[in-house]
Amino acid sequence: MSEATTHHDDHHDHPKGLWRWVVTTNHKDIGTLYLLFSLVMFLIGGAMALVIRAELFAPGLQLVNPDFFNQMTTMHALVMIFGAVMPAFVGLANWMVPLMIGAPDMALPRMNNWSFWILPFAFTILLSTLFMPTGAPASGWTLYPPLSLQGGNSFAFVIFAIHLMGISSIMGAINIVATILNMRAPGMTLLRMPLFIWTWLITAFLLIAVMPVLAGAVTMLLTDRFFGTSFFNAAGGGDPVLYQHIFWFFGHPEVYIMILPAFGIVSEIIPTFSRKRLFGYTSMVYATASIAFLSFIVWAHHMFTVGMPLGAMLFFMYATMVIAVPTGVKIFNWIATMWRGSMTFETPMLFALGFVVMFTIGGLSGVMLAIVPADFQYHDSYFVVAHFHYVLVTGSVFAIMAGVYYWLPKWTGHMYDERLGKIHFWWSTVWVNVLFFPQHYLGLAGMPRRIPDYAVQFTEFNMISSIGGFMFGFGQLLFCYIIWKCARGGEPASARVWEGSRGLEWTVPSPAPHHTFDTPPVVDDSVAVHKDELT
Amino acid sequence: MRHLANKGSTTPWLVAKLAVLAIAMFGFGYLLVPLYEKFCEITGIDGRTAGQATGVEYLTDQVDESRWVTVHFDATVNSGLPWQFEPVERMMQVRPGKLYETTYIAFNRADRPIVGQAVPSVAPGRASLFFNKTECFCFTEQLLGARESREMPVRFVVDPNLPERVELVTLSYILYQNEQATAVLAATD
Ligand code: HEM
Ligand SMILES: [Cu+2]
Repeated sequence: MSEATTHHDDHHDHPKGLWRWVVTTNHKDIGTLYLLFSLVMFLIGGAMALVIRAELFAPGLQLVNPDFFNQMTTMHALVMIFGAVMPAFVGLANWMVPLMIGAPDMALPRMNNWSFWILPFAFTILLSTLFMPTGAPASGWTLYPPLSLQGGNSFAFVIFAIHLMGISSIMGAINIVATILNMRAPGMTLLRMPLFIWTWLITAFLLIAVMPVLAGAVTMLLTDRFFGTSFFNAAGGGDPVLYQHIFWFFGHPEVYIMILPAFGIVSEIIPTFSRKRLFGYTSMVYATASIAFLSFIVWAHHMFTVGMPLGAMLFFMYATMVIAVPTGVKIFNWIATMWRGSMTFETPMLFALGFVVMFTIGGLSGVMLAIVPADFQYHDSYFVVAHFHYVLVTGSVFAIMAGVYYWLPKWTGHMYDERLGKIHFWWSTVWVNVLFFPQHYLGLAGMPRRIPDYAVQFTEFNMISSIGGFMFGFGQLLFCYIIWKCARGGEPASARVWEGSRGLEWTVPSPAPHHTFDTPPVVDDSVAVHKDELT
Repeated sequence: MRHLANKGSTTPWLVAKLAVLAIAMFGFGYLLVPLYEKFCEITGIDGRTAGQATGVEYLTDQVDESRWVTVHFDATVNSGLPWQFEPVERMMQVRPGKLYETTYIAFNRADRPIVGQAVPSVAPGRASLFFNKTECFCFTEQLLGARESREMPVRFVVDPNLPERVELVTLSYILYQNEQATAVLAATD
């Protein structure tokens, strides 16, 4: 079956050294660049989080001044969302989409090079605002006016950076859609595609639909701030609440952009280590599509406290809760996949299982926040912080790590150090809960988010949380070491890598050669992750 | 293409369609602005209908003598405007359908003339459709000379069709500096 992987070495010579990475149009190179970029951003964003947690270790102001503290919360979120999580998923897509659908490369390799190389510039601009006289933005990542319009002139750089990130994401998304729709190998019908491909296809459509809306919203901020328009300026007849509507019309689909590919990764890993096919494949596809659709009609659950009519609050409350249904379908399908499987617990599986358990905790606190009268109490408190860190850190980030461990042998040709991988998992899992679980209590007790100081009764939980933060943070250096070590050497990996793995990516040798599937493979039920009953 | 014979579009055509979608969504972001304004105007949600004068005349026989509505008056000055601004009366009991008048006082603490603009809003949002101002200082710009103070009247009628459940209506003003007009003023001096 796998003779499709004819290995031809360098049939046209590509540039060597560093220059190779600048001009490369190879999906594997670009995937690697995205992933490394994301790792660097993860460390920078993490350092900012540690500044926050250090300041919050005790009440009172000790380390940084409040304005810098606010810059840290704002920049931490922007760096993590746009610099770490999203590029990591795009990197995984670059590496794995062509391999999983049997394509020789992405549909638009040159544009692919551009989408990546825009990012380092965007983030250099964004991070450079930290060193400007008026400092980085300090109004929270949501950039709500009027506060965001009262900062310094460095705001213009922030907007420009966001525009660049948006352009990069949109180009990347267009590329992924074109690849998935037009480059599949013969026999790779839509309903035979691995779930990672499905979730990315839907995510790409979400990106194309909402990144431009964000671009519009920040452009309005820009013209309000510098060119005398009054979109959000009440004195000129505008309305700041309008900004919140436009922002969250982008913002809620954005949170699904950061979780759908994670669902895809976990849906690849759990079957492999349960040695079964994914339970309820078709329902998984429909659940993903309905989550994506619903994500457009729930945005106002972020703004229940602005003063909406009762009918609107009820609508957004119920619409939000409805999303829990397809999400629940997915969780039950993962559990059913494991049911009576012969499971083993290698590091990718551990992270995937950690994902299922802890993402569910985040989903449940989300449902609590969706209850309007409860949200009046919880809104803008640490409860919200706990909620979105469970879904984003133990959700998205854990899924990314699971994916990295799962595919690392395919990328490097070596097995990673399993013992260290397990230590990394348990270390991270313990400390991430020490870090974020107490924040639920802080929020319920009334501690507001985004403040550098707090009332003394919150001290203990904050100390616990900060200790968890530092331990979790330093634990990630182990992750870097494991990747480095695996890239350098280790036990050679077979093509299959995992006993229970299925899918085209495991039919090419490890490490995956520079060019794969130059002749398209033939896909039938033995390689397809899903048996297509219709054919 | 050696790969899957695609029944849909060729790659350039598909990319063109997706790019058009992205551009259209950028436009949609801007379209949300008028949509939002229209929506608020129809529903009165953000209390902005309070910004326009109503020419409706109410006859005295339409006065609803069966109930009282409490009207609160509220005033805020934007931090960019060195004025004092207060309602003379904080609260009033009114009969729906009857015309009332109250006064706000503004005082310019600065040593130069400044133009201010008041932006009204009515809460709860649903009441704003039934709160009609026949005269208001918010309909025009207000110019106050250095250290000048002024009494500014508001005349209003609460529509008798105001839903029974609403017993309390708050009329709130935020006073902003009209920077352009103030600059023009300074230049012509
Ligand atoms: C069952 C699913 C979910 C429900 C019902 C839900 C509900 C909510 C609600 C009601 C809020 C607003 C809370 C407030 O500000 O008062 C919120 C905030 C948030 N959620 Fe979720 N959520 C869910 C899943 C997710 C997922 C999957 C993600 C991302 C991966 C996510 C990320 C966020 C973020 C980032 C915020 C905070 C935004 C901010 O104000 O900065 N949520 N969620
Ligand atoms: Cu949301």
